[in-house]
Amino acid sequence: MSDQLLKVRDLKIGATVYPPGEKPHDIQIVHGVSFDLAPGKVLGLIGESGAGKSTIGLSAMAYGRGGVEITGGEVWVNGRDILQESVKGLRALRGTEVTYVSQSAAASFNPAKKIMDQVTEASVSQGKFSRADAEAKAVELFAKLGLPDPENIGSRYPHQVSGGQLQRCMTALALCPEPDLVVFDEPTTALDVTTQIDVLMAIKEAIRDTGVAALYITHDLAVVAQVSDDIMVLKMGEMVEYGSVDQIINAPQEDYTKALVSVRSIDHEEKTPTDNPMLKVENITARYKGTNFDVLNDVNVELHPGQTLAIVGESGSGKSTLARVITGLLPPRDGRIEFSDRTLSPDLAGRTRDDLRELQMIYQMADVAMNPRQTVGTIIGRPLEFYFGLRGEEKRKRIKELLDEIEMGDGFIDRYPAELSGGQKQRVCIARALAAQPKLIICDEVTSALDPLVADGILKLLLDLQKVENVAYLFITHDLATVRAIADSIAVMYQGRVVRYGSKSEVLSPPFDDYTDLLLSSVPEMKLGWLEEVIANRKMESAGN
Amino acid sequence: MHLALKLVAQRLALGLLLLLAVSVLIFAGTQILPGDVAQSILGQSATPEALANLRRDMGLNEPAVSRYFSWLGGALTGDLGTALTSGADISKSIGSRLGNTVFLAGVAAVIAIPLAILLGLLAVRYRERWPDKLISAVTLASISLPEFFIGYVLILIFAVNLGWFPSVATVYDGMGFLDRLSVVILPALTLTMVVLAHMMRMTRAAILNVMQSAYIETAELKGLSGLQVIARHAFPNAIAPIVNVVMLNLAYLVVGVVVVEVVFVYPGMGQYLVDHVSKRDVPVVQACGLIFAAVYIGLNMVADIVSILANPRLRHPK
Repeated sequence: MSDQLLKVRDLKIGATVYPPGEKPHDIQIVHGVSFDLAPGKVLGLIGESGAGKSTIGLSAMAYGRGGVEITGGEVWVNGRDILQESVKGLRALRGTEVTYVSQSAAASFNPAKKIMDQVTEASVSQGKFSRADAEAKAVELFAKLGLPDPENIGSRYPHQVSGGQLQRCMTALALCPEPDLVVFDEPTTALDVTTQIDVLMAIKEAIRDTGVAALYITHDLAVVAQVSDDIMVLKMGEMVEYGSVDQIINAPQEDYTKALVSVRSIDHEEKTPTDNPMLKVENITARYKGTNFDVLNDVNVELHPGQTLAIVGESGSGKSTLARVITGLLPPRDGRIEFSDRTLSPDLAGRTRDDLRELQMIYQMADVAMNPRQTVGTIIGRPLEFYFGLRGEEKRKRIKELLDEIEMGDGFIDRYPAELSGGQKQRVCIARALAAQPKLIICDEVTSALDPLVADGILKLLLDLQKVENVAYLFITHDLATVRAIADSIAVMYQGRVVRYGSKSEVLSPPFDDYTDLLLSSVPEMKLGWLEEVIANRKMESAGN
Repeated sequence: MHLALKLVAQRLALGLLLLLAVSVLIFAGTQILPGDVAQSILGQSATPEALANLRRDMGLNEPAVSRYFSWLGGALTGDLGTALTSGADISKSIGSRLGNTVFLAGVAAVIAIPLAILLGLLAVRYRERWPDKLISAVTLASISLPEFFIGYVLILIFAVNLGWFPSVATVYDGMGFLDRLSVVILPALTLTMVVLAHMMRMTRAAILNVMQSAYIETAELKGLSGLQVIARHAFPNAIAPIVNVVMLNLAYLVVGVVVVEVVFVYPGMGQYLVDHVSKRDVPVVQACGLIFAAVYIGLNMVADIVSILANPRLRHPK
């Protein structure tokens, strides 16, 4: 073999699927993918969900998640075909030669064991290092990854550190046995954007300092552009394009890659506020039962008919709580909600049926927001019955109209949610909200669980519907690209307070307050060297202060 | 205060409160039983004067509330009263009976609990393969058979045909530990077969549930072996549900063994209770009820406390 660390040839991966109401059958997930990775290099695997990127990443450990099985091809690691290895040989490979960093460190750490035990377990169990050596190595890695109190953080349990810290611990876990190759599977996707940037930098420096090779899997091209040497673009289990970072980002050849590079370039003209706002949130302060701090603190925002107010913030900023207060799920301690020239009852029980009808909601997880045992027709038909008393042919006709509006067509009327793609499910949820003919739809992170191209489709649909139906959106999101695409006005929330509020152009133009500046500058940009630039700028600023 | 300690203290207080409520129910329940104790002691031909005298001597004319408190006060200080039928001190006779029952339950538990957990672990390790199916089939078959049937089959094989153990579990004071053990081995095995399936299935289900977690995949990707993954990573997170079902079965071993005690003529609590219910011996029934309730509540409380302590989030707050 040559000097390649990892050599994948004509890799084919399949799985058995169990669709509802059909016989189980085999499908192919990856159709013959080949690539090489030299020692110390980083290859980015990029694609949307279903592209097979995680599956390919795990094949470097000869591991199939769930019912996934490698059905053909060769995977050479350090000069041996690991698909021919015995169970024992694979155990020796996993955890020491090739290691894995998962998307959610919070789920991937055993809650019952201390961090140090888990970080050193593979090295010690496999006899690579003594416990003392492994622990010394772990402390060194904790320090390198920028964790606070590296000497003692290992004696804590996973729930005692933050999400960003745990993701660094997971990286330490992967690097501790001094592997030749690390598979990073969306390691920063679950983090807030201001946390992501630090973790990304920590991972990048750790890769550089240890000289380890890496497969870096992500759906976010802007992120992978910061850490990779080469990029492979995947779609539906097939390679679309494979080249250096520079070539993929600056001179993409294939249409699909071009679409990925230019994603989220929707922009829309902001509308000017009217004289009469339709929703007025006045001095809202709220806390959850049994707690003693306010999740929302004196929040004031307004929304005009047919316009979009984006509520931006990171996890814990109180943005979803604000939605709960407006919908009546959480009565506030103080303040009031004016809607369509009337004051809404603070709790759900006191609201009229018209209050409920005019204020609809769409959720992040379309999957769990629909009853899996009901057809699309039943799901969309329910509000038609409940609010308008439609029955029979009349109802069916209206359902078909709504399906046309969400660009799906009436062929879907008798399908079940499980038969739909993620984007289609979210469209059905939109149709269900529209069926009530609302004045306001609260959209809670509705595009966060979707692939970028699909998310773009949903945003375009929402904008088109707004023109036709003159419906207003309260759009809750952590994603600033989405905000640019859809908002007329923006409220930036931080720790339960609105720290910046105004029209889109005002909020997104300098001078910024500290938090908005941090938030805006943390969003990865599709350009090489962006990460270093931002970090250098921040260092200069903090040195200047 | 430390969160876990606070929760444990809450559980303890709740357990005591529950026990107090149960004592009220037991007392009230025995009061509304049909029939009159004095009448049943003296028989149909007793004169009204004799009945009145006996009622006065037994304190039956006192108001129920004051009788409840004197009974409760006695129970708390270890005095459960005297049996109406024999005049024997209840505390004393229950003492040896309870000892026998706990001994039998203990032997059964020592066999059944480790066996059930081991079988559960093996069933997970070889899930959907023949060891798993065999374990499930055998344990489910044994739980489906009535206990008296299992008891008699064991007697037929081990006592009658092989002659290894006695068919009647007679125990007496001053009996050596090993003798006692050989006497209770057949009833203990019968009980084991009754409780095994429940605990085994629960262990299997609890661990399989944990096996879906992402951290199990992390452990597998560390190159750990199947049993290492189960024992180090899955089991510690499945303790709470397993302990709950184990305690439930332990409680059953103490309070639900009447049939087995009758089959093997074993002088335990179950037989004692059944005997005295038929004789309307109210103080004995009350005493047995109180002890059974205490065992049940106590063991479930232990399960709750272990569940709290097994949760690292409660044991090590932020």
